[in-house]
Amino acid sequence: MTQLPSTEFHPRWYRAPVSTYWWIGSWRYLLFILRELTSVAVAWSVVMTLLLLRALLNGPEAYARFTHRMQSPVLIAFNIIAFCFLLLHTITWFNLAPRAMPVRMNGKRVPEFLVAAPNYVLWVIASAAIAWFVLRPS
Amino acid sequence: MADKIVLEIARYAPERDEKPSFQSFEVPFRKEWVVLDALNHIKDKMDGSLTYRWSCRMGVCGSCGMMVNGEPKLTCATFLSSYGDGATVRVEPLRYFPVIRDLVTALSDFLVKLQSVKPWLIRKDEPPLSAGEFLQTPEQLDLYKQFSMCINCTLCYSACPVVGLEPTFVGPAALALAQRYNLDNRDQGAEERLGLLAHPEGIWGCTFVGECTRVCPKHVDPAGAIQQYKLKAALEWVKSFVLPRGHGDESKSEEVRP
Repeated sequence: MTQLPSTEFHPRWYRAPVSTYWWIGSWRYLLFILRELTSVAVAWSVVMTLLLLRALLNGPEAYARFTHRMQSPVLIAFNIIAFCFLLLHTITWFNLAPRAMPVRMNGKRVPEFLVAAPNYVLWVIASAAIAWFVLRPS
Repeated sequence: MADKIVLEIARYAPERDEKPSFQSFEVPFRKEWVVLDALNHIKDKMDGSLTYRWSCRMGVCGSCGMMVNGEPKLTCATFLSSYGDGATVRVEPLRYFPVIRDLVTALSDFLVKLQSVKPWLIRKDEPPLSAGEFLQTPEQLDLYKQFSMCINCTLCYSACPVVGLEPTFVGPAALALAQRYNLDNRDQGAEERLGLLAHPEGIWGCTFVGECTRVCPKHVDPAGAIQQYKLKAALEWVKSFVLPRGHGDESKSEEVRP
């Protein structure tokens, strides 16, 4: 910040310190911090998925070991929390997408919900396709 | 009915006080009064030393921004009735700005930042006056009009935690105004501004908290402007790899001349 000089008429400017806990006072700031924290859950889920793929590639025994390990209550709790954070991540970023990408058609800005909606539709379709692939009877 | 409302006002006299303290004033509660009316009542009838900025009383000049119950607000557009009869309303100077006296903040830093984004039309070629005025179609105007509504009230700076934590961050209003000129088809300075603003203290300093947009009294959407600017900067960065030197800004090629 540009250093403000003291003058004869303004002997001193008061600068309020910014608290380390500035984000606790308002739920909007708290939601922002939670949204930023969701990146940790995303990283966790990616690692879990990679471990799952590695177990799959290493054969049925490795896969059985992996699924057995994943049944531990601690990991289940972790994954439930990670899942909630992933939902928050997805919803908050889909809702922000129209602000970063103002789509224009025929010279007019497309309404925000029409920009966000395709994201949600693709999300549901992709989730349904994966669920069908994983859960289908063999 | 109490028909009174209490204003807790931050007072700070630099020649006397180490830091601000609060002083309470009981003022009449009138449903047609805004916070600024109550401040004027205090200054006229109760304490003439109360210091604050105001001018137009109609949300145009951008002078009367203050923290009202912790929210950045234009006090000329904030009705006492929204806090209720008998309520206590806390009025403080805009957050993150140095305080000169009572509710008056120092704007020098903001003005330096504003100037740094070159918020004016930059031309590489200056056509002769005889060529006539630059004309714009309604669609071309619509591209940047929203971002041109900024009144420099600096509410967005007080809403932005990045401004508080990183005092060198250029900030929402200045970046939105940079984007306003970038999107203007008469301007040819987008590349110049990008060099100045594609920087951790410029657009990349923004973490998209989005509060600047929520508090903006003129619906400018600085957060949106900055994200669009980031997208543009990222595309330019990719283009600089893919294309050889001298890739221009093709969006500015369509000029309408009489």
